[in-house]
Amino acid sequence: MNQALEQREFPPIDRERLIERLGTILPAASLLHAAEDLRPYECDGLSAYRKLPLVVALPDSVAQVQAILRLCHELEVPVVARGAGTGLSGGALPHSSGRLLSLARLNRLLDIAARRRVARVQPAVRTLAISEAVAAHGLYYAPDPSSQIACSIGGNVAENSGGVHCLKYGLTVHNIQQLTMVGIDGELLTLGGSGLDAPGYDLLALLTGSEGMLGVIVEVTVKLLPQPQRAQVVLAAFDDVVKAGGAVGRIIAAGIIPAGLEMMDRLAIRAAEDFVHAGYPVDAEAILLCELDGTNEEVSEQIYRVREILTASAATEVRTARDDAERAVFWKGRKAAFPAVGRISPDYYCMDGTIPRKRLPEVLQAIADLSAHYGLAVANVFHAGDGNLHPLILYDANTPGELERTEEFGARILELCVEAGGTITGEHGVGMEKINQMCVQFESAELSQFHAVKAAFDPAGLLNPGKAVPTLHRCAELGAMHVHHGELPFPELERF
Amino acid sequence: MSDRDISIQLQEQVKAAAATATPLCIGAGDSKAFYGRAPVGERIDLAAHRGILSYEPTELVLTARAGTPLRDIEQTLADNNQMLAFEPPHFGATATLGGTIACNLSGPRRPYTGAARDFVLGTRIINGKGEILRFGGEVMKNVAGYDVSRLMTGALGTLGVLLDISLKVLPRPETELTLAQRTSAQQALDRMHTLSRLPLPVSASLYDGDTLFVRLSGTARGVDAARDRVGGDEIAQGGELWSQAKEHRHAFFAPQLPLWRLSLASTAAPLGIEGQWLYEWGGAQRWPRKSSSACGPAMEAAAR
Repeated sequence: MNQALEQREFPPIDRERLIERLGTILPAASLLHAAEDLRPYECDGLSAYRKLPLVVALPDSVAQVQAILRLCHELEVPVVARGAGTGLSGGALPHSSGRLLSLARLNRLLDIAARRRVARVQPAVRTLAISEAVAAHGLYYAPDPSSQIACSIGGNVAENSGGVHCLKYGLTVHNIQQLTMVGIDGELLTLGGSGLDAPGYDLLALLTGSEGMLGVIVEVTVKLLPQPQRAQVVLAAFDDVVKAGGAVGRIIAAGIIPAGLEMMDRLAIRAAEDFVHAGYPVDAEAILLCELDGTNEEVSEQIYRVREILTASAATEVRTARDDAERAVFWKGRKAAFPAVGRISPDYYCMDGTIPRKRLPEVLQAIADLSAHYGLAVANVFHAGDGNLHPLILYDANTPGELERTEEFGARILELCVEAGGTITGEHGVGMEKINQMCVQFESAELSQFHAVKAAFDPAGLLNPGKAVPTLHRCAELGAMHVHHGELPFPELERF
Repeated sequence: MSDRDISIQLQEQVKAAAATATPLCIGAGDSKAFYGRAPVGERIDLAAHRGILSYEPTELVLTARAGTPLRDIEQTLADNNQMLAFEPPHFGATATLGGTIACNLSGPRRPYTGAARDFVLGTRIINGKGEILRFGGEVMKNVAGYDVSRLMTGALGTLGVLLDISLKVLPRPETELTLAQRTSAQQALDRMHTLSRLPLPVSASLYDGDTLFVRLSGTARGVDAARDRVGGDEIAQGGELWSQAKEHRHAFFAPQLPLWRLSLASTAAPLGIEGQWLYEWGGAQRWPRKSSSACGPAMEAAAR
């Protein structure tokens, strides 16, 4: 890993001088540069990629962030912003000749405006902590990435994070109203506003999901929703993944938008059941979890119809959670699916492609074929409502060559997703991990347009260099991999 | 007019204009020509670039060429019991999808379900260099590359020519009804704020200076149960009211007086400027009618 090309060469940095200059902005306790202090920052949630930064800065005010960026700008030092470090694509991987800007100390909840249903928070506020803080007002923040207990809102904005409730409630971009960011020149910009629509370009949307490439987010105003009166979940088992996929289409066709609609395959079901004993039917080929929320009456009506649809779709078993406790048990297995897979394999690699839902049977078959080809097992966890696949490739990093095979297998899965009309990343971001697959998804003119967007904010390329958008040179070296007319590597493998 | 793909012709026109630094003025139905500053430049006409390219109701995604008439799209969706949930205003029979997205105008459902930009999944565009580029796609979750599609939404064509647009669509609610109660402006705003904090299937709100209207959308029993909690009397022509408000055919918009559109915090106090006011979007969109144009600065100051 990590042979990734850097976006550009940076002038040699006088480390001592950099530390000295940073020392005029930050107290010594907010500046880490000893090797043992830097170690915790060498990776994010994608721990296979590691690199030590030169320095870690821990500002505790917006003014300090501004001063630090101004200094980086002046000295041409690359800077990587980091929130809670739970990202899964290496987006917060440090730059070896750069400074890591940890926003962990900007962790205050600044204001809750319950009447207006918004909360103004600093970037390091944990995602779940927002919902906890506003619960007394009967409100919550809808996006719920699986890491919500640990991840921070700034990182969610940088990645445009999703979660299991996206189909009904949208992604981060749909649930924020205003952002304050610091540009590489230290300028403070406010994007969005207190009203719903604003004149001018939608820079708030552009910044969301920009992976720390355009600016550093220092404040977020999130939209809040009223807590639904009731939420209920139905679990259905199937003896065939295709039947489960068909049931999903029928639920949508019936005009029902579930709050969550998740699918797990046999290996994922068994791993989860062994781990948390959620009572899942372990002989099923697939299970669906369908959560409905709203008023009492709406949920009652929809639960009834969903049960009918599931039964008509040849579910072998349909169970409705009797109460909140059972609902939590049903979800427990799904939410623990990743660590559960971690128990049955020394390592696993989580992929994040999205496909049009109707292509699911073919894509799952192709993944199974690739699994046989590479000799690596795969457990599939799937946000079925919105087509976001999370295949987990099981491997052992201590077996020589297995990590490389796993990465290659993962890359093939992402290419399958593009070929099926989908995308290489639904919610985890490109980061360092999927930089090569960007060459598959986009043409060079499109990548050039991305570079032009980047240059409009950061002409010197100092913010998070080498991430999210590959250089054209890099794509050319990889050999023009854009999927044209299905001509991909591995022609011998049957796909669709 | 039949479905046609004139991308290449449009691309040639942009390339030629780029070569001679000729400004281009993008248009199709001209239904929203009144919006924004008066356009200048050589016309590049999208009206012939039309047709629905793909639509699968169970995927909740529709892709169409920019010149496709908005009413054709809405009809196709209605035939499948689906809708554009941002309820775009047409402002005339010639409205197209491209103009709708370029203007990012949304209707009564906006504060409850989202704006046009919230439903844009992907676009194919011509940039100022005459390159045809594709961003986003036809899936709900996609974070590969910068979100150029959403940036194009509301950019009024200043960043490029929209060719094709992919949108998320939603099922039409099973039942809708509109409740009316006479009240003061302050009480109407308070009521809008209170309702927005309750888990009720509210999908629109409007105060016309005399009466507060609230629309409920959802399952039959859900709407029925919510009506008592909202209060007021059901009106007969509910659908017509929201259509009139959205298209500015409501009586409030009839007088030939300067019209202001204010987008501000839903909880902002009434601005204390004399004249007729119409409140929408839970209080976040307000329309004052003022006979004197001199009140502009006062309006701007108050909105801050």
